[in-house]
Amino acid sequence: MLERCLQRLMFAMSLALSLALICTAAQGITVWDDRQQAVVLAKPAQRIVSLLPSLTETVCALGQCAKLVGVDRYSNWPESVKSLPRMGGGIDPNIESIVAQKPDLVLLAGSTRGIERLQSLGITVLSLEPRTHADVKRVVLTIAQALGMPPTEAARVWRDIDMGVESAVQSLSAQARLQRVYLEVSPTPYGASESSFMGETLLRMGVGNILPAVLGPFPQINPEFVVRSQPDVILAGDSSRQSLLQRPGWAQLRAVKQDRICVFSQDQSDVVMRAGPRMAEGARWIAQCLNQTAKGVS
Amino acid sequence: MKRSSVTRWGLGLLLLGLFGVLGGTTVGSQGVEMWWLGAPDPVVQQIVWDIRLPRSLGAWLGGALLGLAGAIAQGLFRNPLADPYLLGSASGASLGVSLCVSLLGGSVTSLGLWPRLGMTGAAFVGAVLAVMLTLSLARGVQQTLRLLLAGVVVGVVLGAMTSLVALMSPQVMQAMQGFLLGSTSFIGWSACALMALALGVCLTGSWALCRVLDALTLGESTALSLGVPLPQARLLLVGLLSLATGAAVAQMGLVAFVGLAAPHAVRSLVRCTHGGVLVLSALMGAALLLMADVLARSLLAPQEMPVGVLTAVLGGGYLLWRMNRVGGGRA
Repeated sequence: MLERCLQRLMFAMSLALSLALICTAAQGITVWDDRQQAVVLAKPAQRIVSLLPSLTETVCALGQCAKLVGVDRYSNWPESVKSLPRMGGGIDPNIESIVAQKPDLVLLAGSTRGIERLQSLGITVLSLEPRTHADVKRVVLTIAQALGMPPTEAARVWRDIDMGVESAVQSLSAQARLQRVYLEVSPTPYGASESSFMGETLLRMGVGNILPAVLGPFPQINPEFVVRSQPDVILAGDSSRQSLLQRPGWAQLRAVKQDRICVFSQDQSDVVMRAGPRMAEGARWIAQCLNQTAKGVS
Repeated sequence: MKRSSVTRWGLGLLLLGLFGVLGGTTVGSQGVEMWWLGAPDPVVQQIVWDIRLPRSLGAWLGGALLGLAGAIAQGLFRNPLADPYLLGSASGASLGVSLCVSLLGGSVTSLGLWPRLGMTGAAFVGAVLAVMLTLSLARGVQQTLRLLLAGVVVGVVLGAMTSLVALMSPQVMQAMQGFLLGSTSFIGWSACALMALALGVCLTGSWALCRVLDALTLGESTALSLGVPLPQARLLLVGLLSLATGAAVAQMGLVAFVGLAAPHAVRSLVRCTHGGVLVLSALMGAALLLMADVLARSLLAPQEMPVGVLTAVLGGGYLLWRMNRVGGGRA
């Protein structure tokens, strides 16, 4: 009688144990998004849709480009993503196309429209929006985790990015470090302040930024502010090329008179303006510009 | 004679809507799915039943709300240029969205309690508050001209405030852009249910008040002398107008011209009293927006065009054509 009881007890215990094991396995991978919400994946993501270029680039930098099954219309690097199906953009994601790709993970920015709609259709959504160096590192680690990659691998990818930025910083001449910079990200005009990732790169270079961190990462500025601040160098993206010199009072800017302006080409702008794995290359473009403008002076 | 032609047109438009829904479930940016021919795979099923069907129904419902709101506005203000956004509801909804995004940093879903409240709720609350502001500035609904002017003022001032909020942070700019491009892509079943409820309330309410609108066409003093309780009826009609507009705007963003063009189209087809105009305008708006939506998803497939862009072009073109035709007839 006692034996039978024991047997039953053993059976019940083994059942409970196996159930617990199944449960832990079913818990899968838990990652944290930008809103500090837990996103649970049953297994490492195999079919990924990315709706933000910097996130697309991060997936590819982790060597997992093959797992992308769809990207937004602005993702254009590396070359292989250009042939992937396009899923609209941040303000008009194409819900139907996304669902048709049967993704097990959709990567997007927090400001993307229709996040709730995707979630209500049973799609796992991970929202990440890198703005600073620390964000880029966190995004690399988070995406690697969601892809089931070992943390050491992600750490290596981040180290490469960081070392790339560092070598760009080192490549700057002493003369170039003395300059004060205005970096324009869009012709409306919005600039990159010290608290943006580009601003952080400039800080590491020891270069001055006319936009202090208190203004927020990407403040809108008025032309008068720039005239009053008299930056030594103006860096701007391709979209500012037309309007830059026509702004009131800017013809008299020191940087304009001495032709210390770097307008990046469209491809270069993509690299410089995206907080992703190509941050180091962006830092090199910035360093190259600053070295040249510094030479122009001496 | 009149009644039968109203019924005929009503049935015709309803049928058109039905065909539209059928077309809407068949056509999409992922190509044509003949779902009625056989059992497709689960993904196609999900696309047809969980995306295209609620979206098509939503476009129909949203169009009906806007068409109805347009008919109410034009009858209430006795002005063929009145449109549903006239009392400041559009700019109120925009301000609601921009405040919501800037305060919550775009992370509206993190509220958790009721995920659909958020941008949608903010848009609705914004629209209703703006109309209430207009009413209080106009000191009630007695004077049509005061009401119109107050609506314009509220629209401009709230629009300026929205721009101010949007200037402060670029991520608001992006969300606002999305909102201004009216789109039916994000309509799910819950949105459909909300709009159906609003449509039911607004259609019944305005149908009950259609005699007031008829009396109003004869002028305010005549209407009063006919014994119409004008102040109360006006207040109710303004309430219905803002409910219909708010519900549509909250789910779809700003869709242009449907509310303006639908009543015009109806009046060019049939001459009837406001009861007919209201119902037919709702059906017309529904059919117009649904067809525009089907067109918008297939024109650039596999990309999609926001339907608001298309209705602006089509509706503007239609009004221009109609204006020229009427002008030509007179000349």
